Amino acid sequence: MGETRNISVTINGKTYQEEVEVRFHLADFIRQQLGLTGTHLGCEHGVCGACTILLNGESARSCLLLAVQADGQEILTIEGIAPSEDELHPLQEAFRDNHGLQCGFCTPGMLTTLLEFLKDNPDPTEEEVRIAISGNLCRCTGYQGIVAAALDAAERLRNQNVNQIQ
Amino acid sequence: MKPPPFSYHDPRSVDDAVSLLSTLENTKVLAGGQSLMPMLNMRYVMPDHIVDLNKIENLSYIKKETDALEIGAMTRQRDLEFSDIVKENCPIMHEALQWVGHRQTRNRGTLGGSLAHLDPAAEMPAVCAISDAVVRVKGPNGEREIPFAEFPAGYMTPSVEMDEIVTSVRVPCWQKGHGFAFVEFARRHGDFAIVSSGALLELDAEGRIVRSAITVGGVGAAPMRITEVEEAISGQIGSEDVFKEACEVCRGIEAMGDVYASTEYRQHLAAVMSRRALVKAYDRALGGDN
Ligand code: FES
Ligand code: FES
Repeated sequence: MGETRNISVTINGKTYQEEVEVRFHLADFIRQQLGLTGTHLGCEHGVCGACTILLNGESARSCLLLAVQADGQEILTIEGIAPSEDELHPLQEAFRDNHGLQCGFCTPGMLTTLLEFLKDNPDPTEEEVRIAISGNLCRCTGYQGIVAAALDAAERLRNQNVNQIQ
Repeated sequence: MKPPPFSYHDPRSVDDAVSLLSTLENTKVLAGGQSLMPMLNMRYVMPDHIVDLNKIENLSYIKKETDALEIGAMTRQRDLEFSDIVKENCPIMHEALQWVGHRQTRNRGTLGGSLAHLDPAAEMPAVCAISDAVVRVKGPNGEREIPFAEFPAGYMTPSVEMDEIVTSVRVPCWQKGHGFAFVEFARRHGDFAIVSSGALLELDAEGRIVRSAITVGGVGAAPMRITEVEEAISGQIGSEDVFKEACEVCRGIEAMGDVYASTEYRQHLAAVMSRRALVKAYDRALGGDN
């Protein structure tokens, strides 16, 4: 093992104290050291978007961050999106209902990317959705189902917010 | 694909970073990591040391001065994209940022990193070229300023010494109401541009062009100003035909050719994209809507 550091990082609300090799990228740390294998690695050089996580609420490619850089930060991965063990997030429901996934490899990155996007842009156009997911490759769906799911999710989330306010 | 073994340093000040760079051998500076990390993962680079600038706090800011923006080198592309100061005073930078990678990469990528990496197709160097920006760097002998025209030393090589780091960029602003446009041709949104073009225009009351700047990116080793076009349109009333004719010189500029796009294709696109940028910028200057 090469040079290491001790880091403390909060992932999906749980704080981990770990010794990590400084050359480890964040995705390998999350998957191999913490066993959170929901974050996928497609290319490991910043092209496919499968490894997207939220770093302090902002989407980022975990293959392009060093694990040591996550020290003291808060991360959300796909495992932390659903409100509970037996409930899905509205975005996940919309993906299920609109055939937003086939093999599911790209899905963690799509969902984390869209989570940030829909927060900033609750009522997007189809064009805006397509630009938002332009950094995420899907080799199965042809994107149509994903775009439909994103638009449907936007509506579900808007209604949910209205209900919460009322 | 894993980064090769290296020692990791995360200095808290520019001075500490500079002293690490001047004492350690085979070092790479890590800013936003959106270019260096892929190169590490693929082992295109095998540094013995990484000096990470992310813990240096006072390198991220956007300030408006009388006639220019002062931007810290570690300012994230995301912060520039969402900055009202940038949108108001340097609208071409705001427009160009829409073409920079994707949201996930703009959240991390920095202005200084993009300049130091100096990809020929990158948008931020093009914005610096068109604005006559000045890049400030710091090394063991103190600070120096590099006008952007002298910044590229060659293909992906800035004229920054191994023991210097980029600390800030001064981007002069054009008069209120100027025309601007940044256009790009790529196969997929966020991909590297095959060719990009930027245009800035100032008009007199009759609509005659009194000041202009035009760049093309992705064509040569670094984004370049097309002074022949700037001269040809000076004093003219703009029109599709005037711009089309002026931009024909782009078919003769020195252009790279690779498996994605031949030299001739890039030259052709340079002529088309610079015309489009000019038409859009001129319309905006007439409308005065910025
Ligand atoms: S695995 Fe990170 S972008 Fe592809
Ligand atoms: S569902 Fe298979 S890659 Fe997108």
